[in-house]
Order: sequence, then structure tokens, then C-alpha cells
Amino acid sequence: MSTADIVILALGVVAIGSGVMVVSTRQLVHAALWLVVSFGALAASYVVLAAEFVAWVQVLIYVGAVVVLLLFGIMLTRAPIGRSEDLDSGNRIVAIITAAATAVVLVTTLVRGFRDAYFPLKARVGNGSSSVIGAGIFRTWVLPFEALSVLLLAALIGAIVLSRSDIGPEQAEPEPTPPARPRSRPPGPLARRKPRGADDEDTIVISRIDEGA
Amino acid sequence: MHLVYPVVIAAVLFSVGVYGVLARRNAILVLMSVELMLNAVNLNLVVFDMRWADRLHGGQVLTLFVIVLAAAEVGLGLALVLLIYRNRQTVDVDRLRTLHEDREEGARQ
Repeated sequence: MSTADIVILALGVVAIGSGVMVVSTRQLVHAALWLVVSFGALAASYVVLAAEFVAWVQVLIYVGAVVVLLLFGIMLTRAPIGRSEDLDSGNRIVAIITAAATAVVLVTTLVRGFRDAYFPLKARVGNGSSSVIGAGIFRTWVLPFEALSVLLLAALIGAIVLSRSDIGPEQAEPEPTPPARPRSRPPGPLARRKPRGADDEDTIVISRIDEGA
Repeated sequence: MHLVYPVVIAAVLFSVGVYGVLARRNAILVLMSVELMLNAVNLNLVVFDMRWADRLHGGQVLTLFVIVLAAAEVGLGLALVLLIYRNRQTVDVDRLRTLHEDREEGARQ
């Protein structure tokens, strides 16, 4: 067991442990902060694997941008800052079983397949430097790179269209939004008892009642 | 370097993400778990790029592409979540059941 193995095992323990904290903590903001720890550990293991450029991009984009975006989302949805008890859904047992089954299948397959697969890490130093990766992107992978820029533009436009309320097809039907209803209102009985042959007007009324729930 | 360790770490991290996607109710926590799964895949890509000493560096370049895709996905996902919050005053994925069909109607078909 070489030094790189030990370091990457330690970093993996940190990444997995903070990942478990992300999916099990009771505080929303703490989940985002544990996510920073997990991404940081993964960036460090990229450095151990001699992929420095990917590690820095990971730090810049994931820790810098994605987590900040998620924190913005938490703040904008007025999530409770303290502990909240209802973060886990009712199918938690099924989720545990599914995740455990996934882990067992993947780990058994990988361990059986790569039990004696070694590679010389020292010979790979320099394979992940920014000059090598940049040359790779702009020589071999320049077409996917350009396609990706178009996709980023589409995502940007999509996010703008979704978050602006003054454009879009809903202007034909001005709907009075109910002002600040309590969040934890149980769904009304009318919302469930939908008549079979309801025509359009009925469904609109019912959906409005349903929307507040 | 033994290949098994990083690969197993990635597999376990992926399963943690699967658990988070299935078990969490808050839509933003679901997005965070999706990020965990994407990161596990990224670790795999980097490890196998280094193992085969890929001359075109496909693994690392694809990792960069996945990172960019994840950023776009989070941006769009958060826009959707905020839109749902503006219309419904909740981001609880268990309570967004407008698209479900009634039990008896589903059984009749």
C-alpha cells in the first residue's frame, strides 16, 4: 500500500462521510456546507491522481459557483435556518434498501473486476497539467466544447425565461395569486374529490384550490 | 497505485447520492444529492483516464464537460424550484402531486 493509496483512502473517507452528512443532516444550510467539504475532498483526490487542472476547476466551479447557487436557492425559498424535522420523506426505508443494493452490486462488481489492477501514478504526473488539458480541449475536443457553449447559452436563456414572470404564455389568463397563505395547510377535501366528468371550468376551480395546498 | 480504492470510493459516493435523491423531500436537497452522484462519476472518469494514460485525455476533458453540465443543470433546476416555490409556496417534492392520477382511475384503465 503506497502513500498515494493511503492518502486517497483518507480523502475518500472524508468525502463519503461528508456526503452522508449531506443526505442525513437536519439543517438545510449545513447540508450545503457539508457539500463543500465533500467537493473539497474530491478535489484533493484529483490532485493526488495528478489531475491538477480538473482539481482547480472543481474548486472554482463546484465549491465556488454551484454551492453558492444552492445556498441562494435555500435562502430564496425561505427555508428554515434552524433544525427542521420533515426533511426526509416517507419512503426512507425503501431509499436505504435501494442505496444499499446499489452499493453492494457496484462494489462487488468493481472489486471482482479490478482486484489486481495497478497503475504507476508517478509516470502520470504531467498528464493533468493545464497546458496538456488545454491542448487536448482545443485540438481534439474542440467540437464538443463549442456544442457545450451553445448548451450553456440555452441553459442561461432557459433560466431567464423561467424566472421572469412578465413573459411567457400565462398572460392570457391573469390569475390572482393568493397573498401569503400558510405553508403547512393540509390539502382541502375538495381537491381530492374530483368529479369524473368534470368539464373545463370545474377543473380550473379545483386546480386553484389545489394550488394553495 | 491500486485501482480499487478510488473506484470503490466513487461507487459508495454514488450510492449515497442515490439515497439522498430518494429519501429527501426538499427539492434543493435532491439537487445536492444529484451533485454527489455526478461527482462520483467524475472521480471514475479521472481515475480511468490516469490508468490508461489516455493520449487524448478523454477522461479529464469529459470531467470538465460534466462539471459545466452540472453547473447548467443546477442553474436550470434552481430556476424551476424557485418557479414552483413562487406558485405553490412549497418546494416539498412529496406534496407536488398535481400530475398524479387518481387511484381508481388508474386501476380502471
